[in-house]
Amino acid sequence: MNAREVVLGRVRRALADVPAEETPERVAVERTYLDSHQPADAVALLAENLADYRAVVHRASGAALPGLVAELLAGRGAASVVVPAGLPAGWLAAVPPRVRRVADEEAVTARELDAVDSVVTGCAVAIAETGTLVLDGGPDQGRRRITLVPDHHVCVVRVPEQVVDSVPQGLRRLDPGRPLTWISGPSATSDIELNRVEGVHGPRRLDVVLLGSQS
Amino acid sequence: MVRRDGLPDRARRGGGAVSGGTYLGMPAFPVAAESATRNERLRANLTHATHTIRDKRARAVAELPDWQRLRAAGAAIKDRTLRHLDTYLERLEAAVTAAGGQVHWAADAEAANRIVTELVLATGEREVVKVKSMATQEIELNAALERAGVRAFETDLAELIVQLGDDLPSHILVPAIHRNRREIRDIFAERMGAWGRPAPEGLSDEPADLAEAARLHLRQKFLDAKVGISGANFMVAETGTMVVVESEGNGRMCLTLPETLISVVGIEKVVPTWRDLEVFLQLLPRSSTAERMNPYTSMWTGTTDGDGPSTFHLVLVDNGRTDTLADEVGRQALRCIRCSACLNVCPVYERAGGHAYGSAYPGPIGAILTPQLRGVDSALDASLPYASSLCGACYEVCPVAIDIPEVLVRLRERVVEGGEVTVRGRRVRIRPARGHAAERAAMRAAAWAFDHPGAMVAGQRLAGRMRRFQPRRLPGPGRAWSATRDVPPLPAESFRAWWRRTRGDDGEGD
Ligand code: SF4
Repeated sequence: MNAREVVLGRVRRALADVPAEETPERVAVERTYLDSHQPADAVALLAENLADYRAVVHRASGAALPGLVAELLAGRGAASVVVPAGLPAGWLAAVPPRVRRVADEEAVTARELDAVDSVVTGCAVAIAETGTLVLDGGPDQGRRRITLVPDHHVCVVRVPEQVVDSVPQGLRRLDPGRPLTWISGPSATSDIELNRVEGVHGPRRLDVVLLGSQS
Repeated sequence: MVRRDGLPDRARRGGGAVSGGTYLGMPAFPVAAESATRNERLRANLTHATHTIRDKRARAVAELPDWQRLRAAGAAIKDRTLRHLDTYLERLEAAVTAAGGQVHWAADAEAANRIVTELVLATGEREVVKVKSMATQEIELNAALERAGVRAFETDLAELIVQLGDDLPSHILVPAIHRNRREIRDIFAERMGAWGRPAPEGLSDEPADLAEAARLHLRQKFLDAKVGISGANFMVAETGTMVVVESEGNGRMCLTLPETLISVVGIEKVVPTWRDLEVFLQLLPRSSTAERMNPYTSMWTGTTDGDGPSTFHLVLVDNGRTDTLADEVGRQALRCIRCSACLNVCPVYERAGGHAYGSAYPGPIGAILTPQLRGVDSALDASLPYASSLCGACYEVCPVAIDIPEVLVRLRERVVEGGEVTVRGRRVRIRPARGHAAERAAMRAAAWAFDHPGAMVAGQRLAGRMRRFQPRRLPGPGRAWSATRDVPPLPAESFRAWWRRTRGDDGEGD
């Protein structure tokens, strides 16, 4: 018998008390919990929760976005920025040419990425109740590692259309077949005396731009 | 077999350097607990940490008015999964395979270690980066890899502290909870150099500086890593999706930068559907780190062209889980999502510390899981169900409503009366512990728990709980126990009163 059969056989013997006619669906799961906790203003709550976990939140209209992105990169003294293949061209329009653009390509090594200062991306969905951005590797987000290795991440959220209230609503918008990264604030640890300290391995600075609302 | 006369210090010497059997030779709970109790600094660290997180958790939970309904749904989803585990495992296997992953099955720790070791060796690599994983601690994978000449680097900050300090984890969420910042500074300053990039000169004990030192130390390892090893918090049967919940980004590093990813996961971590994550992703972060959401959660399904590892192996581990599943009462322990909330509220854990539990799983969950995974025929395992005052605080905070006191009572019954259990898939009859080392260890544990005023609970509350689950035939230690000479002074009043109250008579006895 191979290991698979051994384990499955043990499982079946262990479950001898489960009636043969019981199907999984007949084990009741009552989903009486809330689909949303009904925030009055989801975008405002998103901003509040992001800030609570030390992301830095900005608001910009379409016209103001390029200037803001350029400012955020300049504020970090960024000399280079990773650019996902499908990032709207206008987003980096005001970033001076001396800031080196690094394309998100398979050939770029992790070591090369480690030498890049910043990354600018969009997102797939943002969850207000938890202050979470979800990236799904879409064209304006790129490979997972580009939002991980550089120390500074600028993430643009289109509001209100990309914002949902809750985790259940967020999951419904996502495709499980894609690689997903849920981000709630910058990298942090609570391992030293249970104090939250920002900045371990992921980007230590997370700027979130809420695009579309008035500033 | 466990030596009941083992000395507490032995475990502390173990750590990553020990070649297998790290937890073998651990003393029974009361011996180790007594030593921890005398360690003032350890107790101070633990008290500070558990109280901090406890209060934060209560606030995070209070934000959700539907918490109890989420909790009920979490328990129900896990029960559905467990009652049909074979179905869901087969679905999971099919979905992972269809998405480009390879699934392996391991009946026990040895098999799991062999599979992982062979997979690593086949890549030609001799170093791996690891994300914190309870399953790999349980099977003592690092020691197995070391024997095969493979060095495993722990990358979670707390695990790094434990590994560098040649120590053992003492908490599920914060394995180095027993270390304060001063001790962590010293460990980093002294030991980092031996494992890679040394700590910066003049390292302070500020948490931010310590985190920075870890960042620098591990960065090179991440960038060079070809093989990553992880566990998983959830596996979705329907889609084949794996979920890893973390804070620091070391998980993301290990899950996305290497070419080969090996995930070692207990079979009970499967959940039926994608939608089910909506429950657990609300329950887990608030229960564990007391956050609305943890900083990073990674989800992946098989492999993705051009993004992340090109090879993905999933090793499904039994190692006593099916034995646990075979007990209709004890089975609920497999609902556990390893949030560690029960540790943080446990008066016994707070005083005894995590090491006293003698396994990867400390605290109340360890007291019910370890004896079931390993069987109760050693002194340590027999003593664990007694490492509790049955106050029920663990049950109240548990996000999947595991009735830990109910399982403890069940296991006590097993220790005292013996009876049928499943061990490695086979029904066997274990003998009653009476008159053996196991019984003495068990009694000392009980006495210890009852002898520490802070670990005591109001009789009222205890009586209330016990009435609620009306044990069918609790063993009668009234006579048997008092006849044993090893009982230290006074498990006593409350203990005897408790038995009288809950048994209703004093029949049974011998
Ligand atoms: S038993 Fe419950 S409270 Fe304890 S770690 Fe498991 S899920 Fe959390």
